[in-house]
Amino acid sequence: MNEDWALYEVFIRARSGLEHKHVGSLHAADARMALEHARDTYTRRQEGVSIWVVRSSEIIASDPEEAEALFEPARDKVYRHPTFYSIPDDVKNI
Amino acid sequence: MYTQALDSSGAEPRSPASAGDAERERRFQERIDRDEKIEPKDWMPEAYRQTLIRQIAQHAHSEIVGMLPEGNWITRAPTLRRKVVLIAKVQDEGGHGMYLYSAAETLGVSRGELIEQLLAGRAKYSSIFNYPTLTWADIGAIGWLVDGAAIMNQIPLCRCSYGPYARAMVRICKEESFHQRQGYEIMLTLARGTGAQREMAQDALNRWWWPSLMMFGPSDTESVHTAQSMRWKIKRFSNDELRQRFIDVTVPQAQFLDLSLPDPALRWDEAAQHFITGPIDWSEFQTVLKGHGPCNRERLGARRAAHEAGRWVREAAAAYADKHRDRAGGGAERYAQAI
Repeated sequence: MNEDWALYEVFIRARSGLEHKHVGSLHAADARMALEHARDTYTRRQEGVSIWVVRSSEIIASDPEEAEALFEPARDKVYRHPTFYSIPDDVKNI
Repeated sequence: MYTQALDSSGAEPRSPASAGDAERERRFQERIDRDEKIEPKDWMPEAYRQTLIRQIAQHAHSEIVGMLPEGNWITRAPTLRRKVVLIAKVQDEGGHGMYLYSAAETLGVSRGELIEQLLAGRAKYSSIFNYPTLTWADIGAIGWLVDGAAIMNQIPLCRCSYGPYARAMVRICKEESFHQRQGYEIMLTLARGTGAQREMAQDALNRWWWPSLMMFGPSDTESVHTAQSMRWKIKRFSNDELRQRFIDVTVPQAQFLDLSLPDPALRWDEAAQHFITGPIDWSEFQTVLKGHGPCNRERLGARRAAHEAGRWVREAAAAYADKHRDRAGGGAERYAQAI
């Protein structure tokens, strides 16, 4: 069995003005081929105007086990949201 | 495009190895019950992982093998319009295979292993592709019935508990509806054509109807994995429920074509509000599944030949990439020294 080509993650910008969004992954021998395969695999119906490909091994991801430690602290900081503050109805444009 | 509940060997839910695992399994099931999605790096029971690998891989293989019966007609499509449509459809199947292999790989299996299993004849794929495409009308019948059955199976999979599989299915379902419509359009054209064309359409329907019903997999009473897959929300409806839905929407479509279904026992049950078919010949299904269908050998032979014929291309691409990587590395070093 042959070694697989490197795995790449594919990100597509659907229209100019929007951010690139992760759409999936594919295997390719090099970056150029990854772009071409991404075009064939993920944009057969005008899904994008720009493609990023990144070697999957280059992505550093947070560990789901750490999710609590990372994201829990934001939960009790409701004062970061505008609805935390009560302003009389009579005050306008605020 | 085409899943089938062809479940088979192994991956029985294993008893938890330790108290820690039992606790994790309990929390895992709670997440599923809350309709949370499971993502690749999340903890999951080994049996859940194996069930998904098997199902997604079978689904991916089905897409890839599914290109063969239709590819058979690309050069003989009756008009240029039909030809571009068929090429686009077959290319979609290839793309769907790619989405699904990628989804399977997030579970820790390699693409190479999956392809190897298919080529070695150790993996299953939907038995429908082991039937031959004898006439152009078969391309119509496949789009209408086979893709129609596939869509019925796949729509609930868009809500599957495993994130990458669900996302791949959303993409696939969006692309698939054209497949079914172009098939029905072919059938409609033939059904309204000359006597010979009508006959061709009827013959294709006769041959594809029962195998399409079998695509939903064995009857619920026979299907061993349904209950666990439902608990895990990999599966949302049973084989028989989905099959019944397919029958109920498809029979009127056949009536519109003014073609008959090859089932003398077919009747409308007013009380149940369902079409009821005669008994399905499961021995045929088992025969095809075990590798003795009309085209099992031919399909795998074609896949193996394509894989071998493409070997030099893969090797050349890898050699080219290596060569350029070396050069780029050397260049960067020289640049660093110059500074």
